[in-house]
Amino acid sequence: MRKQDIVLVLISGGFLIFLFVIGVSIYNNQQAKKYGFMALENASTFVREHSLTLGSDDAKVYLVEFSDPACETCSAFHPFVKNLMAANPGKIKLVVRYAPFHDGADYFVKILEAARKQGKYWETLEVMYKTQRNWASHHNPQPQLIWKFLPRAGLDLEKIKNDMNDPEIEKLIKQDLADAKTLNVKKTPGFFVNGKPLQSFGYKQLQELIEAAIKNNY
Amino acid sequence: MTNLDQTSNSNWTIIFLCWIVASISTLGSLFFSEIMEFPPCALCWYQRIFMFPLVLILLVGLFPFDKNIIKYALPLALAGWGFAFYHYLLYSGFIPESLQPCSQGASCSETYLDLFGFLTIPMLSLISFSTIVALLYILKRRLSK
Repeated sequence: MRKQDIVLVLISGGFLIFLFVIGVSIYNNQQAKKYGFMALENASTFVREHSLTLGSDDAKVYLVEFSDPACETCSAFHPFVKNLMAANPGKIKLVVRYAPFHDGADYFVKILEAARKQGKYWETLEVMYKTQRNWASHHNPQPQLIWKFLPRAGLDLEKIKNDMNDPEIEKLIKQDLADAKTLNVKKTPGFFVNGKPLQSFGYKQLQELIEAAIKNNY
Repeated sequence: MTNLDQTSNSNWTIIFLCWIVASISTLGSLFFSEIMEFPPCALCWYQRIFMFPLVLILLVGLFPFDKNIIKYALPLALAGWGFAFYHYLLYSGFIPESLQPCSQGASCSETYLDLFGFLTIPMLSLISFSTIVALLYILKRRLSK
């Protein structure tokens, strides 16, 4: 075992890892630039006419969330996002976009959008996230079970069953999925704060991204 | 004596080159899946299964140089080459879509990357496995002389 061999392997290994890290940083920079540019040029990709929003119209920080009612992480993030909005009253506007990546998840989006017509959107979303584990388990999804829980949101179920087949909802989901693809959202929840994507995923990172945007705008 | 030294030196270098190729391929494939977030298809996973361990096995064979490394590394490299070749045929359309084994999740024939108009991910994999197999075969011939 020669010393120079060990050194050679260590240096080459270190160099390869160094290249990898450089690659990551170049790629991330490029992506951030690309989406920042898109946010300026093409704001409608982030917020469509049909998109549901929560929060004051005067808010200067737009938090766009691509979510899926059947996604566990979206459910886990929901209270966190609400707390962040409560901690910064009037400064954050939440825009809900759909990326129903789970099998058959558009079924739940349809129920949500039908509930929106009854003015019970947020109540329904709350119920969905809270009861999610009962109907959206990965090895045994049982979408029909959701009907058992929906009355808790105070919904007219007959009306929901009618409204959810509205072709407009189908169109809306298609548009959101197309925008998700354009914005390179491949996992849910996908967050953008004033057009900037959340690059490293986590509660703390999202909070930092939002706080930075608040600092810049207020 | 110097002659013998030189031979064993180039033998070591051959394994070292194999290790470099395996390391580049491993880091590259991790870059595609973890950083660029291309979902690896089923066939990609089989190729990864045979590529990733090569990095460690070859490294162990380098310190101290162990000619038995061929015995352990070549089967992995050949199996990986088989999957890479099949994937390449599928990708370039020699095998029809209907024979495609992965129907769920990522498609094995979808193009994600096209460097310089001809370098695709399955092609990179085939090149890596071919290089490793060729180098190991050369070493085997040298040692049996």
